Amino acid sequence: MAFDYSNYLRMEKMPTLWCWGCGDGVILKAVIRAIDKMGWKQDDVCVVSGIGCSGRFSSYVDFNTVHTTHGRTVAYATGIKLANPEKHVICVAGDGDALAIGGNHTIHGCRRNIDLNMIIINNFIYGLTNSQTSPTTPRGMWTVSQKAGNIDPTFNACNLAMGAGASFVGRETVIDPKKLERLLVKGFSHKGFSFMEVLSNCHINLGRKNKMASAMENLDWIDSITMGKMKFEKLEEKEKLNFLPTGILKEDDEVKEYCEMYKEIQDVHQGKRAKITQNDFDKKI
Amino acid sequence: MNTREMISTGNELAALAAIDAGCKFFGGYPLTPSSEIMHSLSDMLPKVGGVAIQMEDEIASVCSVIGAAMSGKRAMTATSGPGLSLKAENLGLAQMAEVPIVCIDVMRGGPSTGLPTRVAQGDVSQAKHPSHGDYKSITICAGSLAECYTQTARAFNLADRFMQPVFVLLDETLGHMHGRAIIPTAEETGSQIKTRKQFDGKPEEYFPYGVAQDEPAILNTMFQGYRYHFTGLHHDKHGFPTEDMNTCKLLIERLFNKVEAHEDELEAYEEYMLKDADIMIIAYGSVSLAVKEAIRDLRKEDIKVGLFRPITLWPAPALKIKEYTDKIPKVLCVELNMGQYFHEIQRVSSRLDIDGLFKVNGRPISPHEIVDKVKEL
Repeated sequence: MAFDYSNYLRMEKMPTLWCWGCGDGVILKAVIRAIDKMGWKQDDVCVVSGIGCSGRFSSYVDFNTVHTTHGRTVAYATGIKLANPEKHVICVAGDGDALAIGGNHTIHGCRRNIDLNMIIINNFIYGLTNSQTSPTTPRGMWTVSQKAGNIDPTFNACNLAMGAGASFVGRETVIDPKKLERLLVKGFSHKGFSFMEVLSNCHINLGRKNKMASAMENLDWIDSITMGKMKFEKLEEKEKLNFLPTGILKEDDEVKEYCEMYKEIQDVHQGKRAKITQNDFDKKI
Repeated sequence: MNTREMISTGNELAALAAIDAGCKFFGGYPLTPSSEIMHSLSDMLPKVGGVAIQMEDEIASVCSVIGAAMSGKRAMTATSGPGLSLKAENLGLAQMAEVPIVCIDVMRGGPSTGLPTRVAQGDVSQAKHPSHGDYKSITICAGSLAECYTQTARAFNLADRFMQPVFVLLDETLGHMHGRAIIPTAEETGSQIKTRKQFDGKPEEYFPYGVAQDEPAILNTMFQGYRYHFTGLHHDKHGFPTEDMNTCKLLIERLFNKVEAHEDELEAYEEYMLKDADIMIIAYGSVSLAVKEAIRDLRKEDIKVGLFRPITLWPAPALKIKEYTDKIPKVLCVELNMGQYFHEIQRVSSRLDIDGLFKVNGRPISPHEIVDKVKEL
């Protein structure tokens, strides 16, 4: 039987404001299916979004929802999660949102390894505001703020998250919603900061001026720059520069989660345990 | 709890007040001269099962606090001018989405990095309007060590009553002043904990923003079965984004009305030796301590001078100020800025002959400077 999304959607808000063929809808459905698989009660879930096309995500889903300011999803979510450590908090942010204006919060969320589920929808452009360069726009592409061709180097979001200390990092695309759903379930199940990058199409504001004006052409391009992790690993170093690996790129269950560690701080102050020292950690510096 | 006599600092007393007021979340970032509030709460909050977190920047600190408050917890941040500047945008979201938080600003010299370790009152205008757009701020100002406690405690109740950020202004002098403070009980000051209103009907009949035009939103605790939406966009009674002309207009009008219609609940001021005064000094914060000493000296010389000290700065106690400025011939405004409140006094009094004594060199004002100025009037 086909999956019934209506229980999880605010049906009166449909249709969405997203353009025809936008990948955000694929992600919306995959997130709903993953939450359903997790068996989480709607009342126990909070979805926090930022600004951009992805910002509208939170208003469409029937959970506790927060539409924040540009780039600040992780900061808001950190307050919600620390105040309610037993609840499930999902952040949805765009590439500009999470990697440009909100880059600081993204890296520090990863560093703390707080149990947030961060979905970053990377469509390689500022779509909502009409095609400005984002930190993931490939060099040489046309943007409205760099009409001569973008010269800004790109961020590799997953490498950034791994470097910053996220204990779960993965990447999928909207081309294969099943794989995406599996990644989300894995990330949601993980205790710690789960960083999940989803490559999505914006044929309207990225594609039109970069020779991929239809959703299919844009998706073909995403397909051409991605490769499963196993296959990617076998590439020569130089070849790797042209591809983004997909799948689970990091999964470390040994790293302590922040809310659990904060519980130990509470225990110290309540006289239930001795002060925390360097000996409590394997990694000393 | 009984009246307590304590030897402490303004910053530590503000932290203690937060605990007593039921604060369960603090998000902060090191910023002189406010940092001791974070230092104290990082010990005190975990003891009572709360959380104090040092975030990665000022913006994140206020966002985490708003997040915790959205979820239903009493939450606070503390900073000084530069931090308030950085928090401004998200304070706007808290105004728009009607999220009750307390924001303490221990004022130091500005603009910019200014005089980090020295006193000023230069954030008075900023605390009236830190963020863009139209809304009506609530800003209160402590004038003594004891008030660092009582006004912080009061701020939590005001935030929950009016469902918006409440700013508590301290200044470097008060924040770092170490001395004796007599802390009245909550009963004595009428500041027993009154948490925000909750809707307890059926979820399908719950409209968080569907309230009377002079009332704040009713935001239920998160995760309790009332699933709704927060946004900084213009929103309808459900909390969902809208561009409907009438809804947008009514929303902004309500953000004003909910404060303006209940200014009597906000008004707070002190009258000191004003009954027979023919000179009135208007001052607030630590400055008022020097003013009181100056008044006592001047009175010895039979100069009839008194003090009007607004405690709630915004909205200003306009009627009361007007009552006095209509009656008292000479008015002097003493501030550690270039006259940020002076202009408000001019406005509400409709008088242009008000004198000002403004000091902006980072040093506290001394009683003799005030005595000299009064004698010149």
